[in-house]
Amino acid sequence: MEFLIILAVLALVVLFVTRPFWRPDSDRAVAPKDVAELEAARDAKYREIRDAELDVRTGKLSQEDFEAIDRTLRAEAIEILHALDDARGRVNGAARERLPSERR
Amino acid sequence: MDPSRKRAIRLTVALTAALLLASALIYTSFSAGREELTASQLLRTAQPGQSYILAGTVVNGSVQQAGSALLFRVRDPKLHVSVPVRYTGEVPDPFHAGRGVLVTVQRQGTQFIGEENSLTTKCPSKYQAASGAE
Amino acid sequence: MAVVGRALLILGLLTCAYGIGVSVYGARSGRREWVDSGRRSVYALAALMVCAFAILDVAFLRNDFSYNLVASASSTTTPTLFKAAAIWSTQAGSLLLWIMLLSLWSSLVLFLSRNKVREIAPYATAVLLGFCGFFTTLTVFVHSAHPFATSATPPTEGAGLDPLLRHVTMMVHPPMLYSGYTMLTIPFAFAVGALISRRTGAEWIQVTRRFALAAWLCLGIGIMLGARWSYTELGWGGYWAWDPVENAALMPWLLATAFIHSIMIQEKRGMLKTWNVSLILGTGTMAIVGTFLVRSGILSSIHAFVSNGTLNWAFVALIAAMVVVSIGLVIWRRDQLRSEARLDSLLSREAVFLFQNLVLVALALVIFWVTFFPLISQAITGTQVSVGPPAFRPFVVPLALILVLLSGIGPIIAWRRVTLENLRRSFVFPAAAALATLAVLLLAVGSGASAFAFAMFGCGAFVLAAVAQEFWRGTRARRAMSHEPAPLAFAQLVRRNRRRYGGYVVHAGLAVLLIGVAASTSFQHSRYATLMPGQSTKLDGYTVRYVKPTVAATPARLSLGAVLAVSKGGHPVATLNTRHELYPSQDPSLGPIGRFFNGSDESRIGLTSGFTRDVWTVVNPSLQPLQGLIMQGDRLFTRLERDTMPRVVGLPLAKANAALAPLWQARDRAIAELVARYVNHPWPVTFLMIVSPLVMWLWIGALIVVAGALIALWPIPTLAWLRARSAAYAGRLAREPA
Repeated sequence: MEFLIILAVLALVVLFVTRPFWRPDSDRAVAPKDVAELEAARDAKYREIRDAELDVRTGKLSQEDFEAIDRTLRAEAIEILHALDDARGRVNGAARERLPSERR
Repeated sequence: MDPSRKRAIRLTVALTAALLLASALIYTSFSAGREELTASQLLRTAQPGQSYILAGTVVNGSVQQAGSALLFRVRDPKLHVSVPVRYTGEVPDPFHAGRGVLVTVQRQGTQFIGEENSLTTKCPSKYQAASGAE
Repeated sequence: MAVVGRALLILGLLTCAYGIGVSVYGARSGRREWVDSGRRSVYALAALMVCAFAILDVAFLRNDFSYNLVASASSTTTPTLFKAAAIWSTQAGSLLLWIMLLSLWSSLVLFLSRNKVREIAPYATAVLLGFCGFFTTLTVFVHSAHPFATSATPPTEGAGLDPLLRHVTMMVHPPMLYSGYTMLTIPFAFAVGALISRRTGAEWIQVTRRFALAAWLCLGIGIMLGARWSYTELGWGGYWAWDPVENAALMPWLLATAFIHSIMIQEKRGMLKTWNVSLILGTGTMAIVGTFLVRSGILSSIHAFVSNGTLNWAFVALIAAMVVVSIGLVIWRRDQLRSEARLDSLLSREAVFLFQNLVLVALALVIFWVTFFPLISQAITGTQVSVGPPAFRPFVVPLALILVLLSGIGPIIAWRRVTLENLRRSFVFPAAAALATLAVLLLAVGSGASAFAFAMFGCGAFVLAAVAQEFWRGTRARRAMSHEPAPLAFAQLVRRNRRRYGGYVVHAGLAVLLIGVAASTSFQHSRYATLMPGQSTKLDGYTVRYVKPTVAATPARLSLGAVLAVSKGGHPVATLNTRHELYPSQDPSLGPIGRFFNGSDESRIGLTSGFTRDVWTVVNPSLQPLQGLIMQGDRLFTRLERDTMPRVVGLPLAKANAALAPLWQARDRAIAELVARYVNHPWPVTFLMIVSPLVMWLWIGALIVVAGALIALWPIPTLAWLRARSAAYAGRLAREPA
């Protein structure tokens, strides 16, 4: 009985871990590496902008300092967004070169 | 001021503070520490009238009550040697035969008298294998 | 089922090996199906370990003493709740818990990141499986670590759970600590993956940040539960003894505190990359060091290293490997770790965080040095040198004060830079609160009291005022924009800025906790008093009267206690019940009666807790007046047993037990009459009494810290996140030049 249980567990584990080889998840949306990193940087930059806005509203930053920092942050955000657009453009271009059935 | 000079100054200040802290730590550790002696070391070197920290394990079956005093033997971790201790004072809850203890003692003849309330049982390692299991 | 359990462990080990191989191959070749298979190995391992754990726990609950573990740590008389938790009171059971928790948390992080960090995740998977494989190897190949070892001749009764561990906090304390340790290996693994794959941006931090915070929270809860257990269970009246076992959890907690702050700087400014990876690699290593320290006994039990040779050397090898690999990776990838920005100003939150990091790391190093000093001194001088709590205080106290002060300055200072004028405006109220607190205390207590306590009260007041100011200003700012009622504005403020305000709540909780520490250590009064029933003693304005002795006797436990009446100024304050409990030993050499008095013992504390002070007491009755009778009883019952045993030899078990029953009943009656003498002919007993102010603030502070951490951990609702993103996009379009 115990031997059967062990065999069954072994079979289940083998089937489970090898599933990607005989039934791959082909249509899962995965952001390419550059895009993912840029999206992470963009989200962090948005948080910084919001933090600066909260800092000036709560009096931790003077209006003058806030405007200087806000300009810098938004410029950095724009750079990231440009880079993100370029990266996405490259990804879409590469996708268009593949067969239509392979597109996400 | 030149930014790289600023960084150099900050680094120097930080390293100096770290060095001072490390020196103070080393000095305090060696000067405030007291040597722990095993049973065999105690038998070899203990002089009457001086205090020593005895470290070892309480021998199984050696714990007895004698009036208000607690009698037990503390064995050496490596040699088959143990010393008798007569102790009065607070006995920690984890105290038990087979557990590691520290007690400050003075030699009186063949016996060692524990200073009152100096007995500590180190928080027992719950996971220590029973002797002979390894 | 022990065979199934063993098989599950072996299968788990094979799964780890397989998962490491396919993950690394998948990462090198870029083939996603191999990476996916590696990730599924982690899921499979988690399922296997949960099943193995369940098999063992069922054995505990069913009192299956054929399992060596169950026989050593449980008994038929152990309460069910403690039986379920007894599994992790053992070496092997706790290792199994470690593996199970690590595999579960690893599964969670890999599931959540399955569509992200594609380059990093396979290496992280391999590292996590490596840790799992290490611990599983121990359980499979090291005899003393094997959870499913069985005996062909099981005993009819187990040894029972150590009475000191029969406490609710001890059921939760180990799982919390292990959750903390195991979750710290997650950012460690992702840091390794980031370094190997050269993806050293903020991506790996975003994926693991919550796990670092959750690990910090779990470790903190575990530490506080341990402190609570020490205070209410161990009979010494304190909550922290700088014991190596305690320090083992504190060190990684301090480093994790530094990490969860410094990663904010990397996320925002791309700075401190080298520092952050080094810090988390050190923190993960320290988590393993802590695990090793607790179970090796190299510091808790004198020279126990030898008796746990194989296990200890395995841990030492793992720790050494982690240190070498960590240093090697940081040096190898130092070019990818260059900062993207520089510190703008020392008057900035970045600078405060950096300074706070240095203080936290210094604290951790001090504690590490003093904790390991006996081994260090032995290595240098040949003899172990004992250093107790006095060695910690000269360093920990000033560093803790600086830390508390920084936790108040951080919230009120802005990122990047701040003008002196703004700084002045932000500092006025908290500084005034601190000075006012000091002035009031000086008037109330006088200048002769502890300087440390005063300094901590002042710093604590500064922090609380700073946090209150932040909440006030934030709510006011939100109301100015949204015109919401104050309570709603407050709630929305916190909801939309959970990380920030959750962190502020944590700081406030820490201040409350440390105020409690300062007060209870600096203004504590304690004394020993030996009293007869009816006698009283005085302590710190309280009168404590020994009302009457109490006693209880069952075959499982003897209890000798006391009822004490506490009053102040003639008014009753509380009635305290304290007892000393004796659990029988299974060692027959102690005598049939003596073994009931010379087994394990445990103190039940008499405690009344209030917001302003605790009155704590424990009784320690001497058994000397009973010794003569105990010895007589031993002689009598030894003779009776000797006379009775020949008559029952060869009888079936049930008949033998029935034949011996009158003897055991007579024994139990004798013991009950013995202990009844404690009530009928009482003798002087010694009490330890302690009056400590503000101990309750420790536990309240801890709860506030937990609440703050949960606020910070709580995920942002998806809709709000999407709205924030689209709003930012709209903002971009409005500002970008045509």
